Amino acid sequence: MADTLLQINGLKIEATVFPPGEPPQDITIVDGVSLSLEKGRVLGLIGESGAGKSTIGLSAMAYGRGGVRITGGEVLVNGRDILPLGTRGLRALRGAEVTYVAQSAAAAFNPAKKLLEQVIEATLVHGRASKREAEERAIALFAKLGLPEPETFGNRYPHQVSGGQLQRAMTALALCPQPDLVIFDEPTTALDVTTQIDVLAAIKEAIRDTGVAALYITHDLAVVAQVSDDIMVLQSGRTVEYGSTDQIINHPQEEYTRALVSVRSIEHKEKLPTDAPVLRVKNITARYSGTQFDVLKGISVDLSPGQTLAVVGESGSGKSTLARVITGLLPPRDGTIEFAGRTLASDQKNRPREDLRELQMIYQMADVAMNPRQTVGTIIGRPLEFYFGLRGAEKRRRIIELLDEIEMGEAFIDRYPAELSGGQKQRVCIARALAAKPKLIICDEVTSALDPLVADGILKLLLNLQKVEDVAYLFITHDLATVRAIADSIAVMYRGEVVRYGPKSEVLAPPFDDYTDLLLSSVPEMQLGWLEKVIATRKMESAGN
Amino acid sequence: MHPVLKLVSQRLALGILLLFSASVLIFVGTQILPGDVAQSILGQSATPEALANLRAELGLNDPPMTRYFNWLYAALHGDLGTALTNGQDIATSMGRRLGNTLFLAFWAAVISVPLAIFLGLLAVRYRDRWPDKLISGVTLASISIPEFLIGYLVVYFVAVKLGWFSSVAMINDGMSLLEKLNAIALPVFVLVLVVLAHMMRMTRAAILNVMQSAYIETAELKGLSSFNVIFRHAFPNAISPIVNVVMLNLAYLVVGVVVVEVVFVYPGMGQYLVDHVAKRDVPVVQACGLVFAGVYIGLNMIADIVSILANPRLRHPK
Repeated sequence: MADTLLQINGLKIEATVFPPGEPPQDITIVDGVSLSLEKGRVLGLIGESGAGKSTIGLSAMAYGRGGVRITGGEVLVNGRDILPLGTRGLRALRGAEVTYVAQSAAAAFNPAKKLLEQVIEATLVHGRASKREAEERAIALFAKLGLPEPETFGNRYPHQVSGGQLQRAMTALALCPQPDLVIFDEPTTALDVTTQIDVLAAIKEAIRDTGVAALYITHDLAVVAQVSDDIMVLQSGRTVEYGSTDQIINHPQEEYTRALVSVRSIEHKEKLPTDAPVLRVKNITARYSGTQFDVLKGISVDLSPGQTLAVVGESGSGKSTLARVITGLLPPRDGTIEFAGRTLASDQKNRPREDLRELQMIYQMADVAMNPRQTVGTIIGRPLEFYFGLRGAEKRRRIIELLDEIEMGEAFIDRYPAELSGGQKQRVCIARALAAKPKLIICDEVTSALDPLVADGILKLLLNLQKVEDVAYLFITHDLATVRAIADSIAVMYRGEVVRYGPKSEVLAPPFDDYTDLLLSSVPEMQLGWLEKVIATRKMESAGN
Repeated sequence: MHPVLKLVSQRLALGILLLFSASVLIFVGTQILPGDVAQSILGQSATPEALANLRAELGLNDPPMTRYFNWLYAALHGDLGTALTNGQDIATSMGRRLGNTLFLAFWAAVISVPLAIFLGLLAVRYRDRWPDKLISGVTLASISIPEFLIGYLVVYFVAVKLGWFSSVAMINDGMSLLEKLNAIALPVFVLVLVVLAHMMRMTRAAILNVMQSAYIETAELKGLSSFNVIFRHAFPNAISPIVNVVMLNLAYLVVGVVVVEVVFVYPGMGQYLVDHVAKRDVPVVQACGLVFAGVYIGLNMIADIVSILANPRLRHPK
């Protein structure tokens, strides 16, 4: 076992939590996890949020986030147990032998310092190279990672480069000290799919060329299948399954792994558009006050009653702005919104209560969309009072009805949002929207913050509710898998324009326009070698051009 | 135009506008004070003719607008008028007092600002351990005790009991710098105690706020020492709130030291103002008000400009 770089035996990690209204409790976050990683290999850690994967990753640097404590087991780096090391010993390890790539590079870079300075800092502090050597190394890494103008790239500040570039710079930061082990903690999760694929390819190439070992943490099995040699599946801090990538993807043994592999198995039969749309967006052009730039340029889409229109696009494409225009939060410069056959006032302040009732909204962040000091009953009961004047027993009966509809039940009526899981919170938000008996619900990235299996549950619920309540959804998302699962028609947005629009079967069938093709081909697929295939196809295409 | 230049010039224009509004307020404020300047100069026994003559001479019969603009015009040319009580030129006599106040404020600032920031960094480094608690406790106590009480306590123990320094901080032009510093040691000490807590606590809070950021974790995972993490990564991002509170305290050192100057009988602006308010010497009060407003607005303008310059997003636009 001379080549074993990282060996974790029986790791146990605990934290103290402060549940509302109860005394502090010690909970176990990671329990009895063992793994080993050899030089030059990549191990993928996969699981949903709360599975303990980041915590295990950081334990390789003996680092506990917040109040997290490593209370048992051993962590051997290069054959030496690092847990008993003191502050000084750990400092020598961190940033030198083991380095870390954070999930959100945009937040992980210091906004007040130039990139180059931050990339070479650890190398200099640990005396692993002279300043000139470190700078040369950084520039070489910038070039390898495909960053523009590698010579001068480092002279910029973090806010001057894009999110995808920052994530690559973060990888350069981790590789610059020439560590033995790099921990990648969800390095592409915050990126758009078309950006993700390039960063993924760059990371994979850098790992291969430098021969460094890596722990690759992600919740996306399709992503980890592209980069890792082995995969460990985690659930609630325990190992579910641990094996080679091929075995986990193609022959999963455990029920839970199988569920992860086959996530997004929703069957939804597309409905055809009708003649009388519930929502008709006509030629909308909009910009934010104080800017000179149209965020939306002549958008026109229709949505039939009881159907789902998915608006797909990357960040900055204007899809959320469209929601703001429809809800009247941002009056457009030009164009009209017709709703249930009447033209809506452009400003939400001038809309009658009936318009407000029939057009509801669900948000991405369920926990900030609810008042933390109100119970679930109060939150759902508010629209019942406001729109229908319901009081007392009648109101309570309707709240319970709604709670049953979202598959939660009466037991939750006196709970506070803090006591609910992420999926339950989103369900309560759905019930609140339904309480108004709307004709249309705008869903703005409602599943983006949720784990795949939980998101699946929410999507199924939304589809069932659509059947029962005959409500239409305008579904805003960047996730094409979600779109495939629930849409009847699709509008693909790019830089403020609808580049492709029609029934799902037409939009997702060739021939594609360039952007839709790029978008569709960038969605990671659950198969080995997918990344290489796509990159090779793209290289051939660009060579052909 | 570079956005920073635009923002800075906006701030400057705003500052000048503010100064003009302050001058209006000062003028109006001194006009609505009860009593009549001519009456207060000549006393209760003055004849109506004498009063009328003096009013005409002082221009008190002109409409308020005219008087305001005459005053402002003169003030802009450095002529702050003459004191009613002793007929001296205000600019000259106030200039010397202002110099003394700035001298005192300067040394108090030179000691307190770096000390406050250093103690703030130290408190963050040893957060919730005894150095932090000691620093917080002592500074909190010093800010809670009224400054005149601290002043008299210091005078009693250091000057009277121990006899190390003089209890009266008199300085004049004939003294060397060292003699002057010796003379102002006690008021400087009291002022440092008074302003230290505010700045130190703000530094601590601002840096602790930044310490929650993801990039601090990045710095820790680079294996940097705690002090390097705080000083090199957290501090540069906390400059803006720190500078703001530092400037407020510097302004206080110039404008608000009246009590301390009186305790130590120091010949500064505070003493000067208090004396002339008591004598209802309106032109002097106006002139002092204008200078104080200028100092206050000027320092806060500097704080704003430093905050703008400290923001890399503004300094280096995309």
